[in-house]
Amino acid sequence: MSMWLAGLAGGALIGLSAVLLLWLNGRIAGISGIAFGISDTAASERVWRIAFVAGLLIAGGLALHLLPHEAPREGYSRGVLVLAGLLVGVGTAMGSGCTSGHGVCGLARFSRRSLAAVLTFMITAFVTVFVARHLLGVI
Amino acid sequence: MARILAALLAGALFGLGLVVSQMSDPRVVQGFLDIAGAFNPTLMFVLGGALIVSTIGFRWVLRQPRPLFDTRFHVPLSQVIDRKLIGGAALFGVGWGLAGYCPGPALVSLGGGMPEAWVFVPAMLAGGIGYRWWSRRQAVRVENADSATA
Repeated sequence: MSMWLAGLAGGALIGLSAVLLLWLNGRIAGISGIAFGISDTAASERVWRIAFVAGLLIAGGLALHLLPHEAPREGYSRGVLVLAGLLVGVGTAMGSGCTSGHGVCGLARFSRRSLAAVLTFMITAFVTVFVARHLLGVI
Repeated sequence: MARILAALLAGALFGLGLVVSQMSDPRVVQGFLDIAGAFNPTLMFVLGGALIVSTIGFRWVLRQPRPLFDTRFHVPLSQVIDRKLIGGAALFGVGWGLAGYCPGPALVSLGGGMPEAWVFVPAMLAGGIGYRWWSRRQAVRVENADSATA
């Protein structure tokens, strides 16, 4: 399957997941909000969040092993990974969303707030890859 | 129980979609973000595929009186574009560019036992949970200060 067709098909599955979660449970499929919310919401709120993350981990993990894909990337700097992880965690908590919450669900609702967030993180990500890869050579 | 199974199903579909679309591979994501190098447009098709389904689906869903397993739709109402939104999104973009992981693909890679995710995900959770803890503490402080001066 060509890359763009696989992208379109996988994207459609992601969209279907977001529609199902809103239709069945009335919730937005924002991964960062669902995952971080496990730590600080009421017990009744916690269970569906754990179930969503469990489904993501199990189905995604299985698919990673069963579907053909390239060998995992290796030899990546631990320091860069830790810094990047912290930035992604703080940034998505502070900005109330990531590529799923703002990018998929927010844009689908024509949210101005999400459009502003998506444009911002796209621009800083383009600049970061340019600087880190082509000027500094660290990624 | 129905709510839990629905969330499990939605999570599973999301995870499968991330792997099928190859968004679980940070090299593909960084390939999209690398406009000055070997540009890989896949992410655009992923977002396009997701948006076609979610835009049409959301319109239909939000016309229903309520969700099947809940009493109301929990949809964010805020339209405020403030420093927190833009600052947070900017920080997120830097981290996303550096590693090629956003939260969904990072968790899927963790589930698949990818060694990099075992370094990235704990740092991401520490940052996200730590920020939420800190901002709730700040909110309590402001409330206390307000009631003290009132």
